[in-house]
Amino acid sequence: MTTPSSAPRAPHQVLDATDIARVITRIAHEIVERAKGAEDVVLLGIHTRGVHLARRLQARLTQITGRDIPFGTLDITMYRDDLRLKPARALEHTEIPAEGIDGKLVILVDDVLFSGRTIRAALDALSDIGRPRAVRLAVLVDRGHRELPIRADYVGKNLPTSLREAVQVRLAESDGLDAVLLGDRDYAARSSQALAADPELPE
Amino acid sequence: MKRHLVSTAGLGRDDALLILDTAEELSQFSGRAVKKLPTLRGRTVVNLFFEDSTRTKTSFEVAEKRLSADVINFSAKGSSVSKGESLKDTALTLQAMGADAVVIRHHASGAPARLADSDWLHGSVINAGDGTHEHPTQALLDAFTLRRHLNPGAGRDLAGRKVAIVGDVLHSRVARSNVHLLTTLGAQVVFVAPPTLLPIGIETWPCEVSYDLDSVLPKVDAVMMLRVQRERMNAAFFPTEREYSRRYGLDGARLARLPEHAVVMHPGPMVRGMEITAEVADSPRCTVVEQVANGVSVRMAVLYLLLGGAVFADAPADAPRTTELPEAAQ
Repeated sequence: MTTPSSAPRAPHQVLDATDIARVITRIAHEIVERAKGAEDVVLLGIHTRGVHLARRLQARLTQITGRDIPFGTLDITMYRDDLRLKPARALEHTEIPAEGIDGKLVILVDDVLFSGRTIRAALDALSDIGRPRAVRLAVLVDRGHRELPIRADYVGKNLPTSLREAVQVRLAESDGLDAVLLGDRDYAARSSQALAADPELPE
Repeated sequence: MKRHLVSTAGLGRDDALLILDTAEELSQFSGRAVKKLPTLRGRTVVNLFFEDSTRTKTSFEVAEKRLSADVINFSAKGSSVSKGESLKDTALTLQAMGADAVVIRHHASGAPARLADSDWLHGSVINAGDGTHEHPTQALLDAFTLRRHLNPGAGRDLAGRKVAIVGDVLHSRVARSNVHLLTTLGAQVVFVAPPTLLPIGIETWPCEVSYDLDSVLPKVDAVMMLRVQRERMNAAFFPTEREYSRRYGLDGARLARLPEHAVVMHPGPMVRGMEITAEVADSPRCTVVEQVANGVSVRMAVLYLLLGGAVFADAPADAPRTTELPEAAQ
């Protein structure tokens, strides 16, 4: 990557691969503890990186509990509130476990919690799919700046940021390595969250 | 910049696959208890039908309602059009009412293109069949159905597949839309019809032509039967219906000549006993009902992508399609 001369700060790493692995393990244990054995837990990952995280969380939960935890994926594109502001995007695959989510404890998994709009959309999508006993939220990074009354139940790392900054989550499944980076938003690679949440950015 | 779907001739491979892949994802919603999505809430879609249609109109209406759009049906019968209003004035009226998209079927070829190129309307124009020109969403749902049977999976095309389109090609907008789209997706199209039912200039189309159905059948992956459009015929195109159906109709014996995996398609409405026998129409290899179901998913995809601001074809190469930018190397 070439650095512009009057450069915005290059992104610096806030979590590395071992940190992320540790976070996943801790959240898995928290889920088992709070859900009293996680017997009716269904993990739903929100595309794209939430799915990778949910899959890792599932592997860890299976290790801890010795049972196979149901796992699904959720694409919330059709429920977004910014369709007028952005070009339509290709849809990802939504897959709900065969046993459904009715009466279950659904844990939504996403990479970064920012404005809360993605989670709002995910909650709307869930209500069309079924009626869970309860819905919880697990995120790798909570960067603040909520625009809706939404909070996470399981947080990997609270990361105080300014709106000028962008949080980039990289996961081996899609990006080749595990890392969480924090940098100026003007810097070339931008996180999807920063883009999705800020309607003022040029398209 | 195109915000319209007027013909498949101008539709690129990537856009066609984007529509098919989107439709594939949307099709799973029709199996749910709650089939409605809030995506187009508050948007107004006008179905402007100057020609009779049950299937296409219903299909569009279902698609629009599943996406929560406000649907207005405007048919020529019993409207100001029967009093002599021009297309322009109708369009200006719809614009004044704030239509975000217009689905138009018109008996004149080119009416949707006129509407799309004019500044009468600011919304998207979707061609639901114009004269003997094109019917792009039908071709898309045909391609969708073919892909599901022959090469299922997101991002896949129809490369190397061969499709026979049999019957009244001359009057068929479905045949025109299909030849462009299927060729774009890598398939080979062969038209089978009596010479009188083939249009002049067909040698410039990207297709083969044959007059002999029996010799073509063993070599194709799908056969698409077209209805003989008697309402558009003002002359004798073949001696008798019986002779036509003997030579170009699909019956059980001809069905047996098809390869094992091949499917029989029909855009509907079928005329049993004419181009297709009841035996074939009711056989499990006939995809007519499936095509209708797929039509809703494909039309939802087109509406979502157009109203969501997707730009088909001649878009700048760097136009963002998703909000996710390619990651730059560190």
